[in-house]
Amino acid sequence: MASAMSQYELLRYGKAKRFGYKFVQFFKSLPRRLLNLLIKLGIIIKNLVFGIGRFCKDVVMTFVRGTWKTRLTYVVMGFGNLAHKQFLRGLLFLAFEAAFIFYMIFAGGYWLSQLPTLGTVKVHTETQIVAGKEVPTTVYGDNSFKILLYGVLTIFFIVALVFTWWLSVKQSRTLDQIDEDKKKIATDKDDLRGLVDANFHRTMLALPLVGMVVFTVIPIIFMILVAFTNFDLNHNPPAGLFTWVGWDNFGQLFTWGGSKFSATFGEILVWTLIWAFFATFTNYFLGMLVALLINKKGIKFKKGWRTILVLTVTIPQFISLLYISKMFGEQGIINKTLSDWGWISSPIYFWKDPTLAKITVIIINIWIGIPYLMLMVTGILMNIPADLYESAKIDGASPLQQYMKITLPYMLFVTGPYLLTSFTGNMNNFNVIYLLTGGGPTNVRLYNSAGQTNLLITWLYATTVSDNQYNLAAVIGIMVFIVVALISMIVYNLLPSNRNEEDLA
Amino acid sequence: MANNENPNRDLTPMENLERGKEKRGMGIKTRRRISNTIAYVVLILISIIWIAPFVFLIFQSLEVSSTGWSAHVIPKAWGFDNYIYLFSAEANFNRWYFNTFVIALFSCIGQTLMQIMMAYVLSRFRFKLRKPLMNFMLILGMFPGFLTMIILYNVLKDLGLTQANAVPGLILVSIASSGMGYYVIKGFFDTVSKSLDEAALIDGATRGQVFVKVILPLTKPIVIYTILTAFMAPWGDFIFASYIAFGSSQGYNVAVGLYQWLTVEQLPYHYTHFCSGGVVVSVPVITLFLMLQRYYVEGVTGGAVKG
Repeated sequence: MASAMSQYELLRYGKAKRFGYKFVQFFKSLPRRLLNLLIKLGIIIKNLVFGIGRFCKDVVMTFVRGTWKTRLTYVVMGFGNLAHKQFLRGLLFLAFEAAFIFYMIFAGGYWLSQLPTLGTVKVHTETQIVAGKEVPTTVYGDNSFKILLYGVLTIFFIVALVFTWWLSVKQSRTLDQIDEDKKKIATDKDDLRGLVDANFHRTMLALPLVGMVVFTVIPIIFMILVAFTNFDLNHNPPAGLFTWVGWDNFGQLFTWGGSKFSATFGEILVWTLIWAFFATFTNYFLGMLVALLINKKGIKFKKGWRTILVLTVTIPQFISLLYISKMFGEQGIINKTLSDWGWISSPIYFWKDPTLAKITVIIINIWIGIPYLMLMVTGILMNIPADLYESAKIDGASPLQQYMKITLPYMLFVTGPYLLTSFTGNMNNFNVIYLLTGGGPTNVRLYNSAGQTNLLITWLYATTVSDNQYNLAAVIGIMVFIVVALISMIVYNLLPSNRNEEDLA
Repeated sequence: MANNENPNRDLTPMENLERGKEKRGMGIKTRRRISNTIAYVVLILISIIWIAPFVFLIFQSLEVSSTGWSAHVIPKAWGFDNYIYLFSAEANFNRWYFNTFVIALFSCIGQTLMQIMMAYVLSRFRFKLRKPLMNFMLILGMFPGFLTMIILYNVLKDLGLTQANAVPGLILVSIASSGMGYYVIKGFFDTVSKSLDEAALIDGATRGQVFVKVILPLTKPIVIYTILTAFMAPWGDFIFASYIAFGSSQGYNVAVGLYQWLTVEQLPYHYTHFCSGGVVVSVPVITLFLMLQRYYVEGVTGGAVKG
């Protein structure tokens, strides 16, 4: 086949051939896409390195060329601001520097110095002399957990200081410039007004960003670091110490020939992907079907049908799912009723047989997911121009043809991004699995007798809460991230429309 | 091949209608009636499947307690014993209910504020770090949420906000990084015309005034949607709540409290209590939802399309 077919040539082929062509083209383009990605990464790294270089040069040059005010700001943060009567900014800078020095002397230095070892002194008993008698007392040693946590915090603090320091120097430089040009320097009053005007975005972002850094960014960095330690039940502070072990935990996952851990990981990963696929697409198509059914011309009580379905979304999942889980139990309503009717002689073990459990979970998830999809689809269906259907009808298209040629393409186009987020969301769908099966049925063949309906996320939970293997949990968490990120990246690149947000308004 | 023998040639609209009538052999009205009947049957079946578990739940909650763990659809003895037990001093249910209500109230206010602030800035301002910030949050969102559970637990424990004091701890955690869930609201803000802002700015309003006086009043539907979802979430919040409140019944929320009634040891005694608890928890949430259904639908649709 010649390099690339023109659009015209492509149209001459039949449907199957056209699809095949696109399919092949996609895989042919994969290496190129991957290469592009690598190049992008390379550019980011290059920019980073050059950025640091430029920063260093800037620091030196500013010092060499700067006035004495700016030079003094290198040591006393905020001096430049104070010298130009910006007391508010100047004092804030100065206070930050003072707080930093105070912290580093009294706490930060210690945590930082312990970080390479994560503590050396174990819990031990010492004999102390109390009132002339020798009494053995327990002395707590170093707490690896706190060392790691406060070590990370201290590093954050240092980065923040460097950033603020440079900000203060730059401001001083700018103020000198403005002074030289005989222009007006913003007063404290102007600064305060700016907080609700020109700098309003900073004011608004402050709180959400601080919350995000403290409660998400730092914990995630901490957990990533934990993946490189031996923090588990046997090395659990405050009683025990844990320490750095390098890539050992990842080594368990990628051993040649496979360890029990890596085999379990593989099995659970495969099931997670299967589950996410079925959970997403069964819900999507069946939900669309139900929506179409309710929207059908001539059906009355449209709102009533919708409300009935939506009730399931409203009721907290832990009630509905736990209740249903019991319904399908050995002595649950389903088994009881079936045996009362004489259809079965022994109970069906919905949750004891792995395959049956997996199928049951997927089916119950349809029950959970359809109402939500139905609501969403209903809204979108109303946006499809009605004249499309009118003209299709006049041309003699059957309802099925109308669906395949108008409804489905439109839906896929509009909800493409949603399908992606829904897929990754299902990969991390903790509630459905945990509340229905708790991950079970367990199997001794698997690492720590893990349950066979576990998704990576519920396995992560079990590894943390029941097995206390925080290091392996961290590894699992990182792997979940990598899988989700890879899938998102690939699918996002394949989507037909990466809509531009500026176009919307 | 002669053109008029090609079966796939385009037919004129009139020909099509004719052909359709021949093929169907009956009037459009009859066809529609049949297809509608089928649709009704399917819809009724679906409704039964979707409603049945809740009807069972209500029935079993009305089963007299002494029968314990039961699998009867229709109770053998009807009574309100379970509800009486639920609100008695013996069960800690009142406390759990109160805890959950407090968490729901505070976290819906806090989360809504955080998300609106984040969404407004990202929708309306163009600053240097905007794109990197959005990408960064997208990447952060790909980490499984409770990877950070142990560390948050330890930090909260140091602050004395676990076990019996779990409620403020849970509120804090649920609000703190909620700004990352700004997507739906930003999608909505993006559709509000920017010329409104510009007009107000020209009239001498500050950015802050534009936000409070121009944008906020226009965003009522999406704000109500956010409040609604944020208020409903804590009623089902289980994972983190159970970890933080572990071991102290005083700090449980309804989900954790009711869940421990279904453990293997408790199940025979508390199964019907669980059912009645489920009903009591669901009623306010459903009522609220039915009242604000319109906004919920708008939010769900908008969120999916604008994402």
